[in-house]
Amino acid sequence: MSVVDKLKPAFLEHPGTGEVRYKHTFNYRKIWQMVILLTAAVTLIPLIIITSIDYNVTQQSIESEISLRARRTASNTKRAISFFVSERRAALDFIVHDNGLKALTGNERLSTILKNLQAGFGGFVDIGVINDRGIQTAYSGTYNLGGQDYSDQAWFTKVVERGVYISEVFLGFRNKPHLVIAVKSRLDQGAFYVLRATIDTDQFNEILSSLELNGKGDAFLINRNRVIQTPSRHHGDVLSTVDIPVPEYSDRTRVKEYQSPDYEQFVVGYAYIPDTDFILMIVKQKAALMKSWYATRSNLIGFLLLSITVILGVIVFVTTYLVNQMYFSDRKRAKAMHRIEYDNKLATVGRLAAGVAHEINNPLAIINEKAGLIKDIFVFREKYSADDKLMGLVDSVISSVARCGTITKRLLNFARHMDESFQTVEIGTVIREVLGFLGKEAEYRSIDISVDVPETFPTIECDRGKLQQVLLNIVNNAFFAIESEGALSIQVKQRDDKYLTVTISDTGCGIPEKELELIFEPFFTKKSDHGGTGLGLSITYQLVEEAGGCIKVQSEVGVGTSFIVNLPFKPKKRKEAKTCESF
Amino acid sequence: MRVLLVDDEVEYVSTLAERLSFRGIDASWVSSAKEALERIRQESFDIAVLDVKMPKMGGIELKQIIEEINPDMKFIYLTGHGSENDYQKGVTDGVSYLIKPVDIDKLMTTMNQAMINRGS
Repeated sequence: MSVVDKLKPAFLEHPGTGEVRYKHTFNYRKIWQMVILLTAAVTLIPLIIITSIDYNVTQQSIESEISLRARRTASNTKRAISFFVSERRAALDFIVHDNGLKALTGNERLSTILKNLQAGFGGFVDIGVINDRGIQTAYSGTYNLGGQDYSDQAWFTKVVERGVYISEVFLGFRNKPHLVIAVKSRLDQGAFYVLRATIDTDQFNEILSSLELNGKGDAFLINRNRVIQTPSRHHGDVLSTVDIPVPEYSDRTRVKEYQSPDYEQFVVGYAYIPDTDFILMIVKQKAALMKSWYATRSNLIGFLLLSITVILGVIVFVTTYLVNQMYFSDRKRAKAMHRIEYDNKLATVGRLAAGVAHEINNPLAIINEKAGLIKDIFVFREKYSADDKLMGLVDSVISSVARCGTITKRLLNFARHMDESFQTVEIGTVIREVLGFLGKEAEYRSIDISVDVPETFPTIECDRGKLQQVLLNIVNNAFFAIESEGALSIQVKQRDDKYLTVTISDTGCGIPEKELELIFEPFFTKKSDHGGTGLGLSITYQLVEEAGGCIKVQSEVGVGTSFIVNLPFKPKKRKEAKTCESF
Repeated sequence: MRVLLVDDEVEYVSTLAERLSFRGIDASWVSSAKEALERIRQESFDIAVLDVKMPKMGGIELKQIIEEINPDMKFIYLTGHGSENDYQKGVTDGVSYLIKPVDIDKLMTTMNQAMINRGS
């Protein structure tokens, strides 16, 4: 028997239906399945629902938190950059209004202004004045750009149109990124001039690089053609094209999610900087931001799975235990019921037999006496005594009556002892009584019966009816196994001063080894076609055990079977009785 | 030896009486306890063979009444409902117990035995 078979609950083998002999009140397998299913459903479904709600709520709140933070950062940075630009524009406006064209065209004044700007703001590279024809009339700065004609350049057209121009970032002559701010100042009669300043972007970059960003965050500016304007940590160099598409225009700070071609997810907070071509990008890696959530999530799922396993385990264990208990008690009940039924049946048969025997006995006695009288007449009145034929006929009637008398006496004797309890009996007599009923059948079926009881065998104290029942059951089984032509031998031996051994051997078909351990189980039968209940041997086993004895069986298929019954000479109490293993 | 046979089966008891007569025994028969008591009050018998099961009054009860009338009488029970075993156990004190159908020779032996016991 494998471990699996041992752990397998007994009721699983008995689905409850389909077995005619041993019908259960319940379908245990179905009950087991239903209980497990229902209990699992009512415990696990709420658990799973609550966990998934919690999962979603937490994930959503974390996602919205991430989005909110990205927007806030973008919004603050946008303000800082806008302020930076408008501050410098305002400075140029102030210079225009404070000085007037005349003062500004004096190169000395212009270089003083540049110095002051560098001292006050820092980052100013050069400054120049351009007249309404696009010619730079005054210049102060590193390069000698005086007299340069800007009239055909795009930025000049724009500044003329809008009054202000803030350029994109470009690499200046020193190969450093710069940007240009230009303001237009109107003169009388429609004339104007433009004050143009170049600023390097170091300060600009500082605003962005000083941002503390979590989740592998990156903050940079792009223009509307996706060209990166300020250094980026992860998304390309200045003036290269960024790998993220230009987000749609909005005058407010917004957040959107973006998935790269290699399936990396990003949270992008962005803002269009007013009056410029710049778009502020705050790019964060979603996976890095969600890292803590992923840890929590795997804890949550792990705990859920563990809970489910534990709950299922407990449910299956408890249900199996309870259903198994139910099965065993039901089986016990059925066994008891059958035992009562069997006993009742036996008692009824006994009473019936006794009744029949008694009723037959009276007419039998009359026949006996009448025949006896006829014989007496023949004998005492010598008229017929010489007639051998008549004498023979009468003797035959008398001997037949004697045979009937033996049968009825035996029947009465058998029935009478069923109600009695312990008494002293001779085992040989009981065996012969039992065999008496089967003698004719044995003859018809050519079964050779031999009984071997030592001549001076001690009497035993036992319940005679039960002893008869035990022997009858075993002998009946032997007859069934033999079918026809065979031998049955009953041998009685004294085992020791306390026990005797009755060995009942037949030359029948034998019992396969697989079934040997089952034959004493209730409801195991090979004779269901012949009205077997599967109770005979189980009751036999019980009776022998009750008497403080032990029954064993040895069998070989095709050779025969031996039942070895060990019985005490005096009834034993359960405590004193030997266990079957000790025989 | 005078014997009174008491049995409700007339056919049986009359035949038995006749058979005993063939064997030199003075056997009378009655078919009920009532008749038996009447006969015993009138005549004296050595042995009474009583059927245990009879209508109104059975053999065991009848024996007790007869013993009061005639304490010297011996009894043999005859029954259709019993076993050798009961005989062996000696169900009643010193009373023989025979089961129908009974062998006439065995009945004779039992009666003779009872007479010997009486004599001793």
